[in-house]
Parts: sequence; structure tokens; C-alpha cells
Amino acid sequence: MSQPDFLVHDKADNVGVIVVETVEAGKQLSGLIMETGEKVEVKALDAIPLGHKIALTEMSENDTVLKYSSDIGRMTADAKTGNHVHVHNCKTKRW
Amino acid sequence: MSLPKSFLGYRRENGRVGVRNYVVILPLDDLSNAAAEKVASNTAGCIALPHHYGRLQFGADLDLHFRTLIGTGCNPNVAAVIVIGIEAGWTGRVVDGIRTTGKPVEGFGISGNGEIQVVADASRKAKEFVHWASEIQREPCDIGDLWISMKCGESDTTSGLASNPTVGNLVDKLDPLGVTTCFGETSELTGAEAACAQRAVTPEIGEKFMNTWQAYMDEVIEPHKTSDLSESQPTKGNIAGGLTTIEEKAFGNFQKIGKKTKFVDVLEPAEMPSAGKGLYFMDTSSAAAECVTLQAAAGFVVHLFPTGQGNIIGNPIEPVIKLTANPKTVRTMGEHVDVDVSGILRGDMTLDQAGDALIDMTIRTCNGRMTAAEVLKHREFVMTKLYRSA
Repeated sequence: MSQPDFLVHDKADNVGVIVVETVEAGKQLSGLIMETGEKVEVKALDAIPLGHKIALTEMSENDTVLKYSSDIGRMTADAKTGNHVHVHNCKTKRW
Repeated sequence: MSLPKSFLGYRRENGRVGVRNYVVILPLDDLSNAAAEKVASNTAGCIALPHHYGRLQFGADLDLHFRTLIGTGCNPNVAAVIVIGIEAGWTGRVVDGIRTTGKPVEGFGISGNGEIQVVADASRKAKEFVHWASEIQREPCDIGDLWISMKCGESDTTSGLASNPTVGNLVDKLDPLGVTTCFGETSELTGAEAACAQRAVTPEIGEKFMNTWQAYMDEVIEPHKTSDLSESQPTKGNIAGGLTTIEEKAFGNFQKIGKKTKFVDVLEPAEMPSAGKGLYFMDTSSAAAECVTLQAAAGFVVHLFPTGQGNIIGNPIEPVIKLTANPKTVRTMGEHVDVDVSGILRGDMTLDQAGDALIDMTIRTCNGRMTAAEVLKHREFVMTKLYRSA
């Protein structure tokens, strides 16, 4: 396949990781779920840098963010599919 | 790729095998750094290890100071050692500790002699050690004699996707061959601590790990934290690279121990493994230089360092091999990278191929290839301090 725009660790995850250097808002992205080899398509709603996360589903404040099929924190704001997920809308549950 | 059976190493008096052949000039304390650096400057083939501590420490902190210095001298990458301290007592304690390996070691106390005299005497002894060490030859050694440590730094999400799993692939392949390996970073397993405990060889060792992790939380993090880990975990660099929370970082970090290898014991900082071959967890800070210094002091001879955003650390006695999967880091900081696994992200390199490439570079490094950090003269030697001095 051509180079994926984003990778998803596991099928259960609700975020993927951008692996190309330029993603502009509005770009149609193709992704790969590493666990299963399945392809997924998402339209980016924000410009998202390499290594940053993209929401694969709609999420509400306090929803759990899943990566590696594991709880990596909670949303502190709502996000639509294709939004950038990072410190502005996601936080650890530890502190 | 068939797995390597051997490498070319330096077999030491106690049977351990090194991959470098240094004569180390080891200061006991901060006051003795100047003398140690003068001796190393006088004498080719020597390396001085200046550091900041060694005065008015006490209790567990003093024990760790001695364990780190003695362990550094005992490391099989070190052929012989000159110890220089302000006074003879504690200097002798370090000398006696290193002498248990059977390697040449001599101590010099500055008090009552003056630094100029000590530098002259120690330089003569260092010259003798260098002549002797320079004739030691590498010989083929069994792969099971190799001790490899691991720690990642300036991580980003590409670390968890590719470079840390590459290290894990190597661990899963080399563990059955009897290679001894070590991971650390106690605070950086926060969020993945329960999953990590499950990877212990027995429930008792899993409980020992959880007790160690909990103690770090109770004694270090909780009393000193502000609202969170205060931009320490994740760091500014981690956040710039896309890591949002400590849990996300921890699950990425945890990929370094592979998918199936179990850890056989939990080590104190700088403690030498004693439960046989296998994977060990060591209680360490997640700061790169502190962690690698402790692992080298426990006897590990080559280090695997996956990075995302581009940590440039090295260690004076333990070669540090850098790998990254971040294509931007490869492009902008390529001189620090020994193994480029960014192909995993492009889909043109499998994890299995990346693991093989890392095994190949590890063996080449053990056989004598200098790492990027060695060529660039990175020699970060940083002692871990547990609390304020008296």
C-alpha cells in the first residue's frame, strides 16, 4: 500500500497517530490499524503535526482516550472525528 | 537473519566480558575532579569521570554513591582504574571494591601530599596501566556473555509505534540466547505499572516491582509534585512530539521489553544482577544520563537508546546506540542516529527487519564500531543523589 498518513496501534483505540510531516485541515487521510492490518479513512478537521493524535470517533468531555487498547487519560473538551487530540483537550486521570 | 552466536570482546579477570577497554581515572569526590582531569590530560588512553558529589553524604545516599563509583570501576568495559580522593579512607574503600574483580586498581589521596604530587604519581601509574591495557586483545565471546541495557529519551509517539518495539523485538530474540538485559525508569511506567507487574517471572517479583514503583510515588513524586508531574512527565519535548499524558508515554516506554520476555528480578539503583541471565528491572530516574550511569555501574556494557525528538546522550564507559523512527529527526539530527527505523512508519520496513538491523548494529558496536555518541564525544556521567547532604 502507499504510505499511511496515520497509524493506529489497536482496533479498540479511539485515536490514531499522524506519521507524515504535513496534515492540513480538510485533508482526507488514510490510516492503518497495526493490530489487524485494516485500513481506515478519516478527514482531518485541524492541521496536525507528525506524531500527534487524531480523533477516530466523536468524543465528549470526560470520555476515556484509548491507545494501545489502554486508558491513557480523559477528554477535557468535546472533539469531533478528525480533530487534533492533545494537551488542549486531553489530560491524565492520575493527577 | 540468523541470530549471532558471538561477538569480539575483552574477557576480564573475573570472567565478565567488556566491549571497550578504558583506563579510568575516577575521582571519589568533587574536589578531586581537577586532579583526575589533569592525569587524563597527561596520559593518552585514559578517561576521567568528573562528577559533583562525594562529600557529606550519608545513609542510603552514601551507599548509592559508593555502589555507583565501585560499580563503574568494576564494569568490564574498564581495563584498569586510578581512584583519586581528597583523603585516603574513602578512596581506599572504592579501591577495595574495584579490586574484587581482579583488575589493576590504585588509589591516591590528596590530603597531606598536595594535588601536584598526586597528579605526578597517578600519571606514572596511569601510564603503566595504559601500556598494559593496550596489549589486551579482543577475542570471540559467546553471545550469552553480553549485558545490554535500555532506556529511551526525548520520546514521542513514534517511540511507542516503532523504535521502542524495535528494542523489544531484539529483547525477545536475544533473551533465549542468554543475553542479560535491563530496563528502568520507575516514574515513567506510571499508568502501565499493573501491566508491567504482569511481566514479572513470578507473582513475588511482580509484587517487588509494585512495591518499588509505589515507594517512588510515595517518597519522590507525591511529596514534591505540584498539580501534576510539572512538565517533567511528559517533558516539553515529549509534548511537542505529540505525547499528551504520562500513561500514553508509559505504554510506549513499556514496548522496549518486547511481547513475551519476563523480568527475573528488581534491582536497586546501580545494583549488579545476581539472579542469573535474563531481563531485569532497575529502580531509576527517567532522566537519561542518570539512568544510563546507574545501568553502566551495574555492569551493562552496551546501551540501546530509542529516541523520538532526538536525545543526544552518551556515556563515558558504555557505548550508547541511538535509534529513531521519526523521519524529521533522521533528517534534521542524523549525525546522532545509529539506526534509522523510520521505514516502519512508511510501511516499507517490518518490525522484525528493524529488530534484525538493531541486532546487527549492536554486534558491530560490541566488535568495536564507535557509536554516534562516542564519535561526538558525549560522556554524560551523572550520579543519582537520593537527598540533600548533611
